[in-house]
Amino acid sequence: MEKLTTINIPRIREDFPVLQRQVNGKPLIYFDNAATSQKPKVVIEATDRYYREYNANIHRGIHKLAEEATLAHEEAREKVAKFINAAHTEEIIFTRNATEAINLVAYTWGRKNLNKGDKIVLTIMEHHSNIVPWQLLAEEKSAQVEYVKIDDEGRLRQDEIQELIDEKTKIVCVTQASNVLGTINPIKEIGRVAHRYGAKFLVDAAQAVPHMKADVKDVDSDFYAFSGHKMLGPTGIGVLHAKREHLQSMPPFLGGGEMIKEVHTTGASWKDIPYKYEAGTPNIVGGIGLGAAIDYLRKIGMDNVHDHEKEITSYALSRMSEVKGLVTYGPKDIRHRVGVVSFNLGDIHPHDLASILDEEGIAIRSGHHCAQPLMEFLNVPAMSRASFYIYNTKEEVDVFINALEKARKLFAR
Amino acid sequence: MSSDIYKDIILDYYRHPRNFGELPNPDVRAKDSNPLCGDVIEMQLKINDGKVEDIRFQGKGCAISQASASMLTEVVKGKTLDDVKALGKPDVLDLLGIDPGPTRIKCALLGLKVLKLGVYGYLGQTITEEVKQLV
Repeated sequence: MEKLTTINIPRIREDFPVLQRQVNGKPLIYFDNAATSQKPKVVIEATDRYYREYNANIHRGIHKLAEEATLAHEEAREKVAKFINAAHTEEIIFTRNATEAINLVAYTWGRKNLNKGDKIVLTIMEHHSNIVPWQLLAEEKSAQVEYVKIDDEGRLRQDEIQELIDEKTKIVCVTQASNVLGTINPIKEIGRVAHRYGAKFLVDAAQAVPHMKADVKDVDSDFYAFSGHKMLGPTGIGVLHAKREHLQSMPPFLGGGEMIKEVHTTGASWKDIPYKYEAGTPNIVGGIGLGAAIDYLRKIGMDNVHDHEKEITSYALSRMSEVKGLVTYGPKDIRHRVGVVSFNLGDIHPHDLASILDEEGIAIRSGHHCAQPLMEFLNVPAMSRASFYIYNTKEEVDVFINALEKARKLFAR
Repeated sequence: MSSDIYKDIILDYYRHPRNFGELPNPDVRAKDSNPLCGDVIEMQLKINDGKVEDIRFQGKGCAISQASASMLTEVVKGKTLDDVKALGKPDVLDLLGIDPGPTRIKCALLGLKVLKLGVYGYLGQTITEEVKQLV
């Protein structure tokens, strides 16, 4: 199919003030987008405007500012719902981040529905945020946690998906895109297997929603979690999407103001969803900022975002293959990966490499990437990681390659 | 091509660590790790007449952690235990010839911490807060 629009990267770069910055006397090259993205002016201005013009607490105030703030915050919820194709706006719960969204499911749905001997199926490539909440729950309930392994290219093993998910399985939790390997997982198919056995299906979409079209109706996930700050939005705002019937039957998460209908000395009753799960004054400005980020991404078009990242990633992979002693991890086929490339260069420790690149103004990540079970499985103590977004260019990749060569020569003695 | 952080001397000690290995019958051993980088350092000391008679270290991790540990073993050989206890962060930075900055300082100080853990352990003394804070 012919592309309807193409994106103008130099114009996009102008929207991101931080990209004008120098680091160690060199232009900043920001390749740490899987950790957090930079923010466009529209997001910075939307949050600034809230504080300057209509800062107020939401939902209960009977005055103009409260009305405007409530409207803006609820509009953001609608934007999120449309962005991921949710059936209903009230299926969108605002959390602090993807981690809190997953914890919310473990603490509410999990505590109510899991019993001794039940099985939780995860994958070996999960981020700690999609492992530790389930380990805690499993310990409390004497349930088991099992992990689907990966093949040599970092793709989930189909045989293990079929084998591990069974009648005992109550929930299957899978990342849509790996923050280490970049692998895009066949979540729709995995969800079908989970549902065949009556298990719930949770998707950690933190590395997917910022980079490709999201569609919770198509995926048919029960729970879908992601963070605002990785998709051009502010930190401290995340999203849990859950099917309406689950939210209606699950117990509340945190108790307090905003989430109650009535409170008496003898007990309390809950507000309708989504508010039942949003105790206390929410991150109002975070929601508004996320709404602005979504507007910005929609304007560019998520297919364009994905296409651009595929182009940069495949260019980076090809240039990196020219560097002597460099090993990359993850799928070879660009159709199966997002813009995340983890690698090691000879025997240079990833932290040494990150320091050398930092001297060149290049920001990458190094370490275990909050995925220690995966690192153990691969038997690699640490990796470096370059991760791309809409504002990154091939010219930046070239500078990055030169810096890698510099590091290689420095340590070749 | 040069690097501001990775002076030749650091890379030299990283590639050719002095006093690396296992000391037969050490009087004390100490080991610690730096969770950020996953650096691990172990030191073994032979102590005689209140002095470090011999010392070896083993470990794995980034160049800064391994080089600084190796440099320290050279410095303390023949020194009194009081001398070792008196060593601090400025001494390590002097040896390295760089200030690795806030994100990497823990790598640089891991060797010193392990060394002090060993000496305090040998003397049966409680480790000071200052030593605990090193890494």
